[in-house]
Amino acid sequence: MSSARDAILGGIRRALKRGPLSAETASALAERVAVHRRNLVPARAAALDHTGQVDLFVAMAEEVQTTVARVASDADVPGEVARYLAAENLPAELVMAPDPALAAIPWDSRPLLQIRRGRAGAGDAVSLAPCLAAIAETGTLMLVSGPGTPTTLNFLPDTEIIVVRAGQVVASYEDGWDVVRAVPEALPRTINFITGPSRTGDIEQRIQLGAHGPRRLHVVLIEESAENEKHAPPGS
Amino acid sequence: MQPTSHAFPANARIGLADETLQRALGLARTGFPLRRQQAIERLPEFEALREQGRTIKDHTLAHLDFYLELYENHAIAAGGKVHWARTAEEARAAVLEICRSVGAKTVTKGKSMVAEEIALNDHLEANGITPVETDLGEYIIQLRHEPPSHIIAPAIHLMKEQVADTFRTAHTHLDAHRVLDEPRTLCDEARTVLRPQFLAADVGITGANFLVAETGSSIIVTNEGNGDLTQTLPRVHIVVTSIEKVVPTLEDAATFLRLLARSATGQEFSSYTTVSTGPRRAGDLDGPEQYHVVLLDNGRITLLGGEFQDMLRCLRCAACLNHCPVYATVGGHAYGWVYPGPMGAVLTPALVGIGEAGHLPNASTFCGRCESVCPVKIPLPKMMRHWRERQFVERLAPPVFRSGLRLWAMLARRPAFYHAIVAIKARMLGWIGGRRGHFRTMPLASGWTRMRDMPAPEGRSFHSLWAERQRRATR
Repeated sequence: MSSARDAILGGIRRALKRGPLSAETASALAERVAVHRRNLVPARAAALDHTGQVDLFVAMAEEVQTTVARVASDADVPGEVARYLAAENLPAELVMAPDPALAAIPWDSRPLLQIRRGRAGAGDAVSLAPCLAAIAETGTLMLVSGPGTPTTLNFLPDTEIIVVRAGQVVASYEDGWDVVRAVPEALPRTINFITGPSRTGDIEQRIQLGAHGPRRLHVVLIEESAENEKHAPPGS
Repeated sequence: MQPTSHAFPANARIGLADETLQRALGLARTGFPLRRQQAIERLPEFEALREQGRTIKDHTLAHLDFYLELYENHAIAAGGKVHWARTAEEARAAVLEICRSVGAKTVTKGKSMVAEEIALNDHLEANGITPVETDLGEYIIQLRHEPPSHIIAPAIHLMKEQVADTFRTAHTHLDAHRVLDEPRTLCDEARTVLRPQFLAADVGITGANFLVAETGSSIIVTNEGNGDLTQTLPRVHIVVTSIEKVVPTLEDAATFLRLLARSATGQEFSSYTTVSTGPRRAGDLDGPEQYHVVLLDNGRITLLGGEFQDMLRCLRCAACLNHCPVYATVGGHAYGWVYPGPMGAVLTPALVGIGEAGHLPNASTFCGRCESVCPVKIPLPKMMRHWRERQFVERLAPPVFRSGLRLWAMLARRPAFYHAIVAIKARMLGWIGGRRGHFRTMPLASGWTRMRDMPAPEGRSFHSLWAERQRRATR
């Protein structure tokens, strides 16, 4: 289909009444792409200090039916997960991202919590995953795919629990891009921005949660890392 | 899908007489605009973002060849395959060839207007492959063998009772006496029925809201999660999209993402915004083994460099549909093709021809709401006017209309003559209208007076009143 390619690119140049771009213009455009210049970023989150951003993240997430539990340290996470599952009447059983980011959490402290590590399958009711960043502006979680973080965890189970460290909260999507770019490997196959549980308004515009993805989205926010692990996004 | 835009007047009459449609449109008329208004009031920078959005799109379109090549290079470097398609036929052939190469039997689909534009489902079915729409609205209309009536809410023309009937007819394996009286139960049934389809599909097809030149990524914006299941579970992910979707960088995409959800559904951000770059990586536990992008032109480059270029900025948010008094009255099916409402009134004539779609740019009151809510400031009324001019030049309008216009032009170009005629007419109509102050019927305007009275002029034309006022002011 290279003929279609040439026809389309040639057609574009003819319509724009010019030939291929000059080397000078092309390098100016390449420069525009390379510098990752930000457009207008709303002040809503960017103008706050980090504590304010964490609070905004929680408020915005709760607005879209994400539930949030704030815990002091890693040691509190297994207890919170067990409490949440019991409160929602769910079995103490989950599939967890096999990611080093979750390894520091003392899961053994709750021996009744049955944990399988891997990707989600059709039978998994609850999943648990780490995020890469959490975006205060709209209460959005940013997750990426990788060997330790399979994407199926985010869509197949009815309930997803996401572990967020306060230091991972950033103001904007642009801050999120910087966090992704700071990861040494190439861009991951999938970046998921998740803002609340799955929903639809396709029947009479009445919002229903849990259309195809999770019906419930629960965030466990670990506070202690707020000061010592806060990363400064490049360029900020 | 075969366009029936030439039958707009007849289609519109059917829509007006359809009570269910009118009830459904009533819900849409208030819901979408209210939620959009609330969302933008919370973001003081919204107006400035619209301006930036317009500038970024204009910049990209002016260098579209550069950004498409850059996008292609990066998509290939990430392990993806890019298939260029000049026409709907070429795009359909590319998709079919990929499906055949992996022996696909069933294909799940996320909502894609470009897939509708190229009538992909019919083509797959004709070739023995079963397409399954997974967006709830798209699934409903696929079962009903109907086209979408709205670009983001495809089943907006239906009420829950009709959805229930559709599900009873289609899901014969379920208890015939089950209760299906609420959107909740309907949604749950669709979820249960579609879940095995997601798991069984050989190929998943989605559209793209944006392509990112910097990274070779495609971006989809959804709420249900069906698009993500569609593109994560099967062995092959095909993105069916069009050339004007490319933006330079992830930063530019962020600007459009802030505009899109607020303009479309009035959400701060949609539930799922997903950036996909190539197939699964070594070590990944899930994701597709193959990632293909079919890049469609289908007439879009004929809009570049001309009076309709601004239309290529369109984000497909549907704000113009949601704020259009004509769309809200006749519904989306009246427009007779894939793209209804104001954006369709400009785009459809470009893609299927002004001969077929000539009624659409005329189906407007020019109230201007579409332009005022457009997140990238597309001058939709102005472009509808361009189509009307082109119709006149190409002699496509009916003879009565053309001679009426010619008569008007003759008058309008001779101010003194025009003023004299208008003064006489105003006085005559004022005199005939007399005491009652309005006309119940009028020759040559029976279509208008059938529904309402025509107010009678008070006897003097605006021009003569204005002239008198000016005289008095200078005295």
